[in-house]
Amino acid sequence: MKFRIIAAALAAGLAAATAHAEIVVGVSLGITGPGASLGVHYRNAFQLMGKTLGGEPVRFVILDDASDPTNAAKNARKLVSEEKADVLMGSNGVPSAVQMAQAAAEAKIPMLVMTPAVLSGNVLHWSFVVPQPTELMMSAVAEQLKAHGVKRVGYIGYSDTWGDLVYKAMQSLAKPYGLELVTDERYARSDTSVTGQVLRLMSTNPDAIVVGGSGTGAALPQVALVERGYKKAIYHNHGTVNAEFIKVGGKAVEGAIAPTGPLVVPEELPDSFPTKKVSLDFTKRYEATFGAGTRNAFAGYAYDGYLLLDAAVPAALKKGKPGTPQFHEALRTALENVKNVVGTHGVYNMDPKNHNGLDERARVLVQVRNGAWHLVKGNGQ
Amino acid sequence: MTADIVLWLAQDGVTNGAIYALLALALLLVFSVTRVIFVPQGEFISYAALSLSLLQAGQVPGVVYVLIGGGFLAALFEAGVALRDKALGRLPLVFLGYIVVPCAMAALAWWAAPRKLDLGWQVLIVLGLIVPLGPIVYRVAYQPLAKASILVLFIASMAVHYVLQGLGLVFFGGEGLRSTAFSDASFRLGVLQMSAQSLLVVLASVVVMAALWLFFGRSIYGKALRATAINRVGARLVGIRTGLAGGLSLLLAAFIGALSGILISPITTIYYDTGFLIGLKGFVGAILGGMASYPLAVVGALVLGLLEAYASFWSSAFKETIVFAIIIPPLVWLSLRSRPLEEDEEEAE
Repeated sequence: MKFRIIAAALAAGLAAATAHAEIVVGVSLGITGPGASLGVHYRNAFQLMGKTLGGEPVRFVILDDASDPTNAAKNARKLVSEEKADVLMGSNGVPSAVQMAQAAAEAKIPMLVMTPAVLSGNVLHWSFVVPQPTELMMSAVAEQLKAHGVKRVGYIGYSDTWGDLVYKAMQSLAKPYGLELVTDERYARSDTSVTGQVLRLMSTNPDAIVVGGSGTGAALPQVALVERGYKKAIYHNHGTVNAEFIKVGGKAVEGAIAPTGPLVVPEELPDSFPTKKVSLDFTKRYEATFGAGTRNAFAGYAYDGYLLLDAAVPAALKKGKPGTPQFHEALRTALENVKNVVGTHGVYNMDPKNHNGLDERARVLVQVRNGAWHLVKGNGQ
Repeated sequence: MTADIVLWLAQDGVTNGAIYALLALALLLVFSVTRVIFVPQGEFISYAALSLSLLQAGQVPGVVYVLIGGGFLAALFEAGVALRDKALGRLPLVFLGYIVVPCAMAALAWWAAPRKLDLGWQVLIVLGLIVPLGPIVYRVAYQPLAKASILVLFIASMAVHYVLQGLGLVFFGGEGLRSTAFSDASFRLGVLQMSAQSLLVVLASVVVMAALWLFFGRSIYGKALRATAINRVGARLVGIRTGLAGGLSLLLAAFIGALSGILISPITTIYYDTGFLIGLKGFVGAILGGMASYPLAVVGALVLGLLEAYASFWSSAFKETIVFAIIIPPLVWLSLRSRPLEEDEEEAE
């Protein structure tokens, strides 16, 4: 009996202690480790965010998960139990983000997933995926392939989850766009040679090739293809669009085409493009802070997460104070119902069935011309 | 699969196999002299390849800090021992070897980086930066444990690997680099288009192997290393300093690692962690050769390179699985053949 009273008193005390005035956003990113080259961009974006969310003061707690999913899971639980986070954001690796999303669903707090992770069930119930789904991105490539009359497509990608994701996206797009995938070759980022895969690709004589790599790692197959005298178009995915890819690939990657968020080339977008103002503004601020030429898609995902929260928080504040389960549930509902939130990457319209909310306005095709990424003409309308 | 594809793949396999063979030799050398399974071998590859790319871009490679820091640490260790032994006469030599030489190499890199010297000089500077790391690593990480069991030394190796890889990420960043080719020339050989670069890889490997053979067969230091490898106690009895032998073997390993890195840096994109996997394949090559014979290790590494090339053509998704799975039969064979008392004998030594 006595025990029960003490427990009740303790619980009441705890509840009072957790109902705080500020909103706590718990963030875990791979700022070190193999994913660091992306994680640093995500972290930088937090410096450009405002001090409030929907008018309420906000505190960002950013932890480093060293690009390790186990650490990401630990960080997520720590952010929930010690920092009393109201919402989680992270991480820059798909496996890490999935771990965090599971922790968020357990704790019943909303989570903004900043990589194109594929989630389902109760985990997706609490999670909102900020970046464009791989299929949405690759549909830009499929459209272009169809427009150029391509039928047979060769595929070479990473022998990991990313390679699988891009391949599956192409596979599901193949039918509606009348394409046939003739190879599924795989390589690793650390391979010293892709000669075998490239010979195989060329022996099937495809009309175009799609590379499922990322960043500098995507240059390896293209360089090998060009060295072997391959002349037709080579398409990449959004993970490849950065300056390092061109630096490593040099002349061999001239002409490479890839889909990306409008954030990468905001200056070249037509004025009518819905995100032009937001994208251009963010790119300018980012480059003013971190140096010319530092623009990238990744920082935009973190910033779009912030914009989504900023749009959803006012509705949630009406239902409860930050730190309470009522607020968490209300924030989740509010995020699920955001309409026409213009981010740096696209326009978000979520509903219970769609926890991403982006449409074809969230991708453009870019091409390497004269050693830099430029908008493919006639695209981005 | 047509005949020219077979030839293309063979050429590719031999080029990679030549690198694996060099690394297999280095691993075998270090193992037989010091009983260390030298996991950090791969880091030298990454360090050298990335340093060369950075020098070509006119930047000072961050490895200079690793070199200076490691040198100071090693000097501290050595000075501590000298003080304990009351042998202060050693100090000037320690100072020269572990502080002056690394600082001089670092200064040279600083001076040379913005000047974008000829490729030959850049290669020499990279070798000068990476090779001294071998003895430094031995002095700091392995010499204090020289009498420990193979397992303890292996754990120390893993630690050194993680430390060096972590430093690599700090100083080189997460993105990969690729250096410009030594030569863009290529030769027609029947249906094959042979690039000068891959020819250079094979040639350099053969030259290094021949040089190693001469070194072990003819020179006094080479013979001392062999003696240490065959019998440590006996070698000590006839006056060979086993600590010196350890440092020398790591010096050679670092040289081979750095050379491999320099050779492959124009062929592929190198990341801070690429070297580990390449080194691991060299290790598989050495195991295919029974981890005892140098010629067999070379053959094992070449077989591995060829297998990798053909596997990447036939079933690229399973390439890595195939390459690493072939390590299992030799391991089973080795463990069936070995006497179970081996480890105890070593500890009693």
